[in-house]
Amino acid sequence: MVSRVAWLFIGLVVVVTALLVASASMVGPVWPAHFIHPVRALIVLQLLFLICDSARTPFAGRQAEWSPSSSATLAAVVLLGPVPAAMVGAVSVISMRGQLRLAERLFNGSMHGLSGLAAGEAYLAVHKALRSSLPMQPVLGMPNRHDFPGIIVPFAAAAVVHVLANHSLIWGVYRLDRGRGMLRREAVESSLPLLLVSDLGYASLGLVVASLWAVMGWFAAALVVVPLFVARWAMGQFAEQQRAYSATMNALCQAVETKDYYTRGHGDRVSRGAVMIARRIGMSPDRIEAIRYAGMLHDVGKLGVPTQVLQKTGPLTEDEYAAIQLHPMRGLEIVREIGFLYEALNGIMHHHERIDGRGYPMGLAGHEIPEFARIIAVADAFDSMTTTRSYREAKTLDQAIGQLREGAGSQFDPLLVQAFMVALGEEKWPFAELAGEPSDLAIVTVQDHDDPTAPLRVVIP
Amino acid sequence: MTDSTLPGHQPTDRWAYWQALDSGRLLLLAAAAMLVTAGLAGAALGAHSRGNFPWPIALAFGGFIALGEVLRLALPGGREAAPIAMVGGMSYALLTDVQGKHLYHQSALVVIAVSATGMAVGALPHIAAGRSAGITGMCTRLVAVACVAFIFQPIAPRPGPPPSWQPEFAVTVLLVFFGWLVDTIVGALIRADDVGARFSVAIWDEMRLQWPLGLAVGASVIITVFGAQVMGLAELGVFLGPLLVTQVAFRRYAGIRATYLQTVRSLARVTEVAGYVERGHSHRVSRLAVAIGRSLGMAEPELLALEYGALMHDIGQLSLRDPIPGGATVLVSPADQDRIAELGADVIRQAGVLDEVADLVRCQSWPATGHDPAPPLSSMIIRAANAFDDMVGSSTDRDRSAAALERMRLDPVEYDSGVVAALAEVAGRRVASRL
Repeated sequence: MVSRVAWLFIGLVVVVTALLVASASMVGPVWPAHFIHPVRALIVLQLLFLICDSARTPFAGRQAEWSPSSSATLAAVVLLGPVPAAMVGAVSVISMRGQLRLAERLFNGSMHGLSGLAAGEAYLAVHKALRSSLPMQPVLGMPNRHDFPGIIVPFAAAAVVHVLANHSLIWGVYRLDRGRGMLRREAVESSLPLLLVSDLGYASLGLVVASLWAVMGWFAAALVVVPLFVARWAMGQFAEQQRAYSATMNALCQAVETKDYYTRGHGDRVSRGAVMIARRIGMSPDRIEAIRYAGMLHDVGKLGVPTQVLQKTGPLTEDEYAAIQLHPMRGLEIVREIGFLYEALNGIMHHHERIDGRGYPMGLAGHEIPEFARIIAVADAFDSMTTTRSYREAKTLDQAIGQLREGAGSQFDPLLVQAFMVALGEEKWPFAELAGEPSDLAIVTVQDHDDPTAPLRVVIP
Repeated sequence: MTDSTLPGHQPTDRWAYWQALDSGRLLLLAAAAMLVTAGLAGAALGAHSRGNFPWPIALAFGGFIALGEVLRLALPGGREAAPIAMVGGMSYALLTDVQGKHLYHQSALVVIAVSATGMAVGALPHIAAGRSAGITGMCTRLVAVACVAFIFQPIAPRPGPPPSWQPEFAVTVLLVFFGWLVDTIVGALIRADDVGARFSVAIWDEMRLQWPLGLAVGASVIITVFGAQVMGLAELGVFLGPLLVTQVAFRRYAGIRATYLQTVRSLARVTEVAGYVERGHSHRVSRLAVAIGRSLGMAEPELLALEYGALMHDIGQLSLRDPIPGGATVLVSPADQDRIAELGADVIRQAGVLDEVADLVRCQSWPATGHDPAPPLSSMIIRAANAFDDMVGSSTDRDRSAAALERMRLDPVEYDSGVVAALAEVAGRRVASRL
């Protein structure tokens, strides 16, 4: 459900838009005087808006969308004026995206209407202010070659006003409807520069549509749809590939873990824990995506540790201990060629460093340890403690948190432990469930290198 | 740790640039060089005699092309495109009217000179950054632009108010399509030479891969040509925004494709790190398998599935408690081979998106003849490549390789004779290239 405050805000936007549009159409003529068939043009632009609106594509972790529909509104600003521009934006009420709720439709319609109106008024106002330097021309209608380049400044003003109005209204509704928000606020804020650039990029397409209109009429709208749809196709392919990628990564990580009975699902849970911490400390979506994979892959190098070492019950010899200490490097060796994982590589390599410098493989201390590694270390230890081991039962949530607290400042970064605890209070932790008994094929780890409560026993020579 | 100890990093002998020049590329370079010479000479003479050469237009489009070359785009399969440069070059070739300024007698040579200069300038940042200058790609684009310009020059509309926009529109659409065709065919020729594919296969691969980008470029050229009549040169700036957004979309798509492949390549090595198979095994098998598939005329989507299958063909061994001695699956019993293949296929099927690859991995243990149903070609290729590598390994000894091939040839029940013939050819090439 949409919260009451958000409803109030949406109602306010609807009423303000209706009043402003009504007063604007009262003050002057709605249609430009020289435009033949303005209603036909309006309908074409509304269709363009709806088509663009259906072509919106998700990006930044599917938490924000970019839509080229502002090009239709801004074409209307140039060709037909503020009130028709508002009418173009208002058709988003009947958007072809089926899954929208009524509140969203109402809000989108009035938001796009209001932005269109504001952009149209800005266009006229800047035109008027600059008029002394421009040849006397009817301001609205199809631009001709004498309008260029003078038209660019008013148009740029209109585009900026449109984007600003749009974003501030969206931002307002997310602020008020945070609990059930359609997007995560922090995701929107961190991807804001990208959104603004793409919106301004598409807004400038509006001027191209308006100018082409002078040459080929409504066909201009049909022509610009082609590159838009190709871009949408590419984004769709991107999303599909990304899903496939993530599924493949999951499957391969599971294959790696399947050998060891007690650590099945460990990578997946560490990855989730790392993401919880990363979100809590306000990491950007791209980095969150990277740490997700880093968490999943952090123990992949354990495959290089001989099975006998993992199964050994007695104290480890120095060589065996060294083999375990080498596993982050082994992991790095496997994944280092995966191009996008630059930062994740650090996380994988250093996830067993300690804040006090007594960790491995490099013995880094404090903030020398990369942030990714410090985050993974917390999630890694926590999952190890809350999972059953052959030598002990799983610890409870509170016991594990207590251990993390105890290790804060010596083993773990205290700020990250704090962030994790806050996150655990808000989100449910996916506790491990062990299925059945260990089969013949499975290996049973006897000493868990991740467990801070039971350090590896090493033979002292 | 040094790089040479890493699997997948075997030192491969790279040929010097001039040694890698094959006939197709040489022909293309020669054609481009002739075009550039003719273009520069013709433009210099023409500009000198006319005096009223529209410099601002030439500079704007040349700059646009240079920018497009700077913002090149990596496409799947190691291809490189410069869509924005292509938009600039083709629009400049088809331009007739910029805000009432007529370019009806614009010479094709001028178009070539401006495009070539723009491309050369745009390549400079790549050279400065230590990347490849991408000469082949630039030559391909230049030839495509030149073809369009030469055809358009005699049929360009004469001065005077045009009766309507439709005829010019139709001509532009046809020529843009023609330019795309030239670009694609030349690209396919070069690629067929580069990777050793058949031209008939390469051309379809190229078209399948290039049409979405081609469509976007084509529509953008038409928009630029007609928009310039009203907006003039300001259009290049205004239209750059949407073009960049489209390019970003493509970049992301190509990026994730590349990452996907890199990830499977890397993670396929877990079997090596875990000591199940010899170092570099999956990488070598996948290279061999793709080369065999290519020489048997497989298209790119099939080759991709084959590459994934070959990389992950041993992943089933992860489910074994202890490694097979030496990791050579060719040495274990058929029942065990079947089991490893099934386990591997199960792992891959978990992903939910690679069922085709899972099937290839499942069928890799089936003998080539006498099995019902018959294994798919790709599985037979993986089987043969795997057996060959198990017997030969990273050795480059010709005798060893010949013995392995002989043994496989004598076993037509296990290994498909067509695949073994292709393997012999590919393996011969591989050894030769290392000498």
